Amino acid sequence: MHILVCGGTGCQSSDSAKIQSNLEKELALKRLQDDVQVIRTGCFGFCEKGPIVNVLPDNTFYVEVKPEDAKEIIDEHVIKGRRVERLLYVDPEKEKHVEDSKHMGFYKKQLRIALRNCGFIDPENIEEAIAHDAYQALGKVLAEYTPEETIEVVKKSQLRGRGGGGFPAGLKWEITRKSVSDKKYVVCNADEGDPGAFMDRSILEGDPHSVLEAMAICGYCIGSDEGLIYIRAEYPLAIKRLKIAIEQAESFGLLGENIMGTGFNFKIRLRYGAGAFVCGEETSLIHSMEGKRGEPTNKPPFPSVRGYLGKPTNVNNVETFANIPAIILKGAEWFASIGTENSKGTKVFALAGKINNVGLIEVPMGITLREIIYEIGGGIKGGKKFKAIQTGGPSGGCLTEKHLDTPIDYDNLLKAGSMMGSGGMIVMDEDDCMVSVAKFYMDFIVEESCGKCAPCRIGNKRLYEILDRITQGKGTIEDLAKLRNLSSVIKDTSLCGLGQTSPNPVLSTLTNFEEEYIEHVVDKKCRSGQCKNLSYYVIDEELCVGCGACLRNCPVHAITGEKRQAHHINTDLCIRCDACIAKCSFDAIRIQSEPKILAHK
Amino acid sequence: MIPKTLTEAKEGVKYTPSEKDKVEVKHKLSDDKIQKIREICESYNNDQGEIINILHETQSTFGYLPAEVQEVIACVLGVSAAHVYGIVTFYSFFTMKPKGEHPISVCMGTACYVRGAEKVLDELKKELKIGVGETTPDKKFSISCLRCVGACGLAPVVMVGEKVYGRVSPDGVKKILDEYK
Repeated sequence: MHILVCGGTGCQSSDSAKIQSNLEKELALKRLQDDVQVIRTGCFGFCEKGPIVNVLPDNTFYVEVKPEDAKEIIDEHVIKGRRVERLLYVDPEKEKHVEDSKHMGFYKKQLRIALRNCGFIDPENIEEAIAHDAYQALGKVLAEYTPEETIEVVKKSQLRGRGGGGFPAGLKWEITRKSVSDKKYVVCNADEGDPGAFMDRSILEGDPHSVLEAMAICGYCIGSDEGLIYIRAEYPLAIKRLKIAIEQAESFGLLGENIMGTGFNFKIRLRYGAGAFVCGEETSLIHSMEGKRGEPTNKPPFPSVRGYLGKPTNVNNVETFANIPAIILKGAEWFASIGTENSKGTKVFALAGKINNVGLIEVPMGITLREIIYEIGGGIKGGKKFKAIQTGGPSGGCLTEKHLDTPIDYDNLLKAGSMMGSGGMIVMDEDDCMVSVAKFYMDFIVEESCGKCAPCRIGNKRLYEILDRITQGKGTIEDLAKLRNLSSVIKDTSLCGLGQTSPNPVLSTLTNFEEEYIEHVVDKKCRSGQCKNLSYYVIDEELCVGCGACLRNCPVHAITGEKRQAHHINTDLCIRCDACIAKCSFDAIRIQSEPKILAHK
Repeated sequence: MIPKTLTEAKEGVKYTPSEKDKVEVKHKLSDDKIQKIREICESYNNDQGEIINILHETQSTFGYLPAEVQEVIACVLGVSAAHVYGIVTFYSFFTMKPKGEHPISVCMGTACYVRGAEKVLDELKKELKIGVGETTPDKKFSISCLRCVGACGLAPVVMVGEKVYGRVSPDGVKKILDEYK
């Protein structure tokens, strides 16, 4: 019997390490430590309901487990064989307990290739990884295939780069192979800078060996003996597990000199990022690895021709690499049979925001947003109305209700004005103001622009200022044309991928939510009440008891009213400081888009 | 040969360490601190390409990277102080100001933003009476923003030191701070 405890960053923040140690303690007390093994795994994906504990072989899936539940799990489940009902996941629709993950809406539509081992193995133990086929693909390639044949398999699988650009991986390998040089490098891009995206982190935390193995395969194909992983310093757990994995693989002879006795050498080193979004762009990343400021340079020359230290360098994303061993073992045809015409295989998405089931999902390409949001994601939080879904991070765009039934793949997302990006998906509901969302992304871009080229450095700053003006209620209708104009100039003239895609959040919200922009600049109204200067603070007369707490605390004396009578806020005087809301014990003060109470609570 | 001054270091005089050698820079650092920096550089073979890793380690040793520390690193690696300064200011992970005893980081990733991180940040600022990037006068707390710790399931997220607090509400801020007071 095995008890799997999630040890991803999310669950560890909610004391999953304590759960593990409590389970082990209880087992030792009952002298069961030899029969039942507690394993700390990588991310299960279902972060919303973490920490997760999964009992095998019966695949019982416990959610929101607390350290003090350990005793009950051991006493009831392990010893008496009865499931602990109260810890089971409750299907929100049928209001029934669901025993195993196969019957949960969250997992039903998923197909796990890149995440195949996440949540099943102990990432700090290479033997478990090997038992789950790790390094078999490397062995197969080294023993049976020439580098050309391997590249042919990858090309046939039609795997495209999962970092966002979608460049065919096999083709990239082939170009790097054809570059003539005495030294070549394989680089894994683990600089996952998109806010709200955490799939690379989860793969590295849950199954680091799949990435190491694929890098070695890539090294064999392109003729390289050295790999580098560029990883964010914000991911201490992933760094720790990678270090352990590299050490173990070396001691098993699966990395290093003379791998599996074939004469092929490949070593892997780690390089740390230091918090710069632009370093996800491959030329910036290479500069950063060389110990310079992470500023991009023009392409061509592409890194495949001249990259790290001037040598041909093959840069792929974590998820791209994680797919490789499965493709080698199961065949290119199998992989190419999944997905849509031009986008094969699966994609990992980090589902977050105002959605019931926040978490990490892997779905076949071609699935619709509706399936993701309502079936896997379990719908919008608090039963609110869906408004938009932001894909592709700061370089992507917002999609709306009319896109819900579009099959998701690289091309369709581009057509809809967004992009695949690395796979972040942020769901927004009716309470989110789309102008503010665009402003939020521009704030991010302004801060993260490296400053090398003027369109991105200055243009985005101006975009931000215009958006700020609009949310302050000082915008004009001309501003909207200015936004469009400036955005297209930035798109056309910026140096690197960051700049060329930076106005996307503005453009996509302008296209899909134009009426909301117009409301802001013409009617001076924010329908969500998020833009403070465009909203009204109103006292609900039915709830107000006239205690005078707000009146006494208003710094500008905007509130009037007799004792024990309903009070009133003078909107012209109100500075929207929230002081009254903080003092009101009756929840009577509301922020809304109209100066009159629309409906009583 | 050892660069005697920063000017010499800038001209590309490569430092070769030996027992008697001492880097003479105009600084306020004690000898053992300089020794520590040299050791860190040495552990990376004084390789300029490793400068980001060196800065990471130096910052985790000293807590921050003031100008004096950067000058020593520049001297030892044989690069200009401007080069080191350029890197330190480029990457948001490096700081030239000391952080508080309990550095507080508010996640400003998109997932946390749409779930109300801004309000949590406002409350923190109000409670500690400092802005982002500042430290309280008693050097106990400092506030900074970061982009996504990847715990989006727990949004909004606040980190105090290494500890992650999930699903933080503006009302919950005071309780978290009380743990450290």
